Amino acid sequence: MKQTTKPTKSQTKNELAIAIVLMIITVIVGIALPSVRGRMAQSAWSVAREMLFILPAVLVLMGLFAVWVSGETVNKYLGHTSGVRGVLLALFFGALPTGPLYIAFPLAAGLAQKGVRTSNIVIFLTAWACIKIPQELVEWQFLGARFMLARLILTITAAIIIGSILEQVFSSKILKSKKNEE
Amino acid sequence: MTFFYILTVLALVLSLAFDRNKSWQALQVALKRFLQILPDLLLMTVLVAVVLYLLPQSTIAFYLGKYNLLFSSIVAAILGSVTLMPGFIAYPLCGLLAKQGVPYLVLGIFSTTLMMVGVVTFPLEQRYFGTKVALIRNLVSLLIALIVGLGIGIFFGEI
Repeated sequence: MKQTTKPTKSQTKNELAIAIVLMIITVIVGIALPSVRGRMAQSAWSVAREMLFILPAVLVLMGLFAVWVSGETVNKYLGHTSGVRGVLLALFFGALPTGPLYIAFPLAAGLAQKGVRTSNIVIFLTAWACIKIPQELVEWQFLGARFMLARLILTITAAIIIGSILEQVFSSKILKSKKNEE
Repeated sequence: MTFFYILTVLALVLSLAFDRNKSWQALQVALKRFLQILPDLLLMTVLVAVVLYLLPQSTIAFYLGKYNLLFSSIVAAILGSVTLMPGFIAYPLCGLLAKQGVPYLVLGIFSTTLMMVGVVTFPLEQRYFGTKVALIRNLVSLLIALIVGLGIGIFFGEI
């Protein structure tokens, strides 16, 4: 991975420091401005709650996946020779679960590490982001079938296009570094 | 969300039945990855809290319906990119806006950038895929979101 430097322990510590400093600032602002406090705490809590709820399951699933599923299997179904079936599988895996995009990043990184081709990784991420089977129903209900179908068709096409573009640009070097994930 | 728990519990039970050692290894991998992303998760929580505070739904609704088509589209793209909202909140909001007369084109851009472009999740994405990949993915997604919006606009005969 020549285009990016490997993250070191100290970088992780720096990021943690930045996060902690920001949190302290936020807490101080919250204490100083009582009018701000309630709503900010509410939104922070809603994100934190969502994360704490879903993350353990996702992480354990990722761990099991890393230990049990061999690179060859993944390569066969989602690798460079997987073709249309790989694309459909990536779309399906992305569209099936509901969950925020930020938990899809570690999942996608795990897949990339196992040898899933770049285009399928990006298709998975894009599908996760905007093609959710349960969400389509909500969209239908609130915005109508026409809007839902138009957006669905356009976003599926878009997922495949974005996938191809990123694969052209980065070939197989999509992960930041291999060390980071081990 | 329940989907994940059902799947995880099933997988873990199966794994334990077959190989205790491997299951233990899997849990260790899980813990290690959690510690790796913890700083970014904390950072994201703070960012989301600030953004949601600065841009509550009423503000978004106000700005999306206020200007002409071109300007509303730009505002929609910006608001959609910086805010983070789950679909079950975003769509009712969009539905309400549609009733208030906000063009579908604008709503298409807003809902698509909302889901595909993530400014607050950028640190996390960057962590795994590097600055370049994260930047290009977000920029391409932004562009595509605009095209999706345009497509929806054409579909509804708004342009």
